[in-house]
Amino acid sequence: MSEVSYRRIARDGFWDNNPALAQLLGLCPLLAVSGTIVNAVSLGLATTLVLIGSNVTVSLIRNAVPKEIRIPVFVLVIAAFVTIVELLMHAYLYDLYKILGIFVPLIVTNCAIIGRAEAFASKQRVDRALLDGLTMGLGFTCALVVLGTLREFIGFGTLFANTHLVLGEWARELTLTPFPDYRGFLLAVLPPGAFIGLGLLIALKNVIDRRLEQRRAALPAATAAPVTES
Amino acid sequence: MMLRALLRPTWLLGLFAVVATGLLAFTYENTREQIAQSERNALLRRLNELIPEAQHENDLLTDTIEIPANDLLGTTATTTGYRARRAGRIEAIAFTAVAPDGYNGAIRLLVAIERDGRVAGVRVVSHRETPGLGDAIEIERSPWISGFDGRSLSAPNPTRWRVRKDGGDFEQLTGATITPRAIVKAIKNSLQFFAMHRDTLLNTGTTTVSQNHE
Repeated sequence: MSEVSYRRIARDGFWDNNPALAQLLGLCPLLAVSGTIVNAVSLGLATTLVLIGSNVTVSLIRNAVPKEIRIPVFVLVIAAFVTIVELLMHAYLYDLYKILGIFVPLIVTNCAIIGRAEAFASKQRVDRALLDGLTMGLGFTCALVVLGTLREFIGFGTLFANTHLVLGEWARELTLTPFPDYRGFLLAVLPPGAFIGLGLLIALKNVIDRRLEQRRAALPAATAAPVTES
Repeated sequence: MMLRALLRPTWLLGLFAVVATGLLAFTYENTREQIAQSERNALLRRLNELIPEAQHENDLLTDTIEIPANDLLGTTATTTGYRARRAGRIEAIAFTAVAPDGYNGAIRLLVAIERDGRVAGVRVVSHRETPGLGDAIEIERSPWISGFDGRSLSAPNPTRWRVRKDGGDFEQLTGATITPRAIVKAIKNSLQFFAMHRDTLLNTGTTTVSQNHE
């Protein structure tokens, strides 16, 4: 298999093959915890940690594991990392752990993680697996945060509510209420709002992709210079 | 060899299981203390919201009484009552009450009652009410729940322990009546439980409420 460039990996994770917007993986936690920015960032980062851990481990052991048992081994690795992250959150971020609740252990069922282990990390060197885990995780986090921002703003009319659960008491003041009279919009808070929001984000991504495509098609005709595209 | 082809994956898988288990055991051992500490802190913080630190001298978390499952409290297992003392006398007690008939299942409450039978404060511990409507029972979302502070079975009198819509004294929430109705009932029942077991609950010597069915 030819070496994948770092740039390609990063582009895939953040945009071209974004777990949430292109692969449509991990939608259950995505839809359930994207109600506020703080929840979105926290679950996103927890997922990223697990993704990095599992990708690196899977890549390290890729030559030692016979293909018959690779799936159970991957599952074991992922479950172990999720449990470790869960224990750490329970110990050090107690209030946040209470809010995210079942969705922390449920990271184990996020198909994006085993998907990356199987499709990428089990065939690539450690450095690339690490970068893939990082960018896929952050790509997932970004999608969650955009959705979280939209839902929190439209649903509750606030931004950065509950930040003190992660950063400590001083962060209470970070909560913004741009329009004090805004009464909130229930639909955005409820699960249908999450689906609609995600649908709009995916549509937006497709529109942007198409624009880029058109521009790229128009470009070679206009300029004689060779286009370097990775 | 057929056998060899089978054995290698087997012991490899076993090895991975052992390593993963070891890693988990290690993490568990090293976070156990901290988790217990976080849980105690969270509970203490919540109790202190209801019974301010300035009003008692003892450690609420160690001065406890066991309360068996009780219909008035809506509990199905033994729960713990936390008692606040000043000058040796128990001035207030906080215990768990469950409103079984919320809009989306049971709502767990922590109810604190003062020696004279007045509500010191109530907090929602867990619930599954509709976000944006029923979740206004959380103190973080609206001050509604503090409307019970200082109330007792005589203020208002028992027939007025209902939401306004049902002819009582308590506000309902915009767009949610079932949730407040369930909580008003649960708190009234808690006060009745307190009245019934007052002597045991406030007796400095006892550590369990005797099981009796009413």
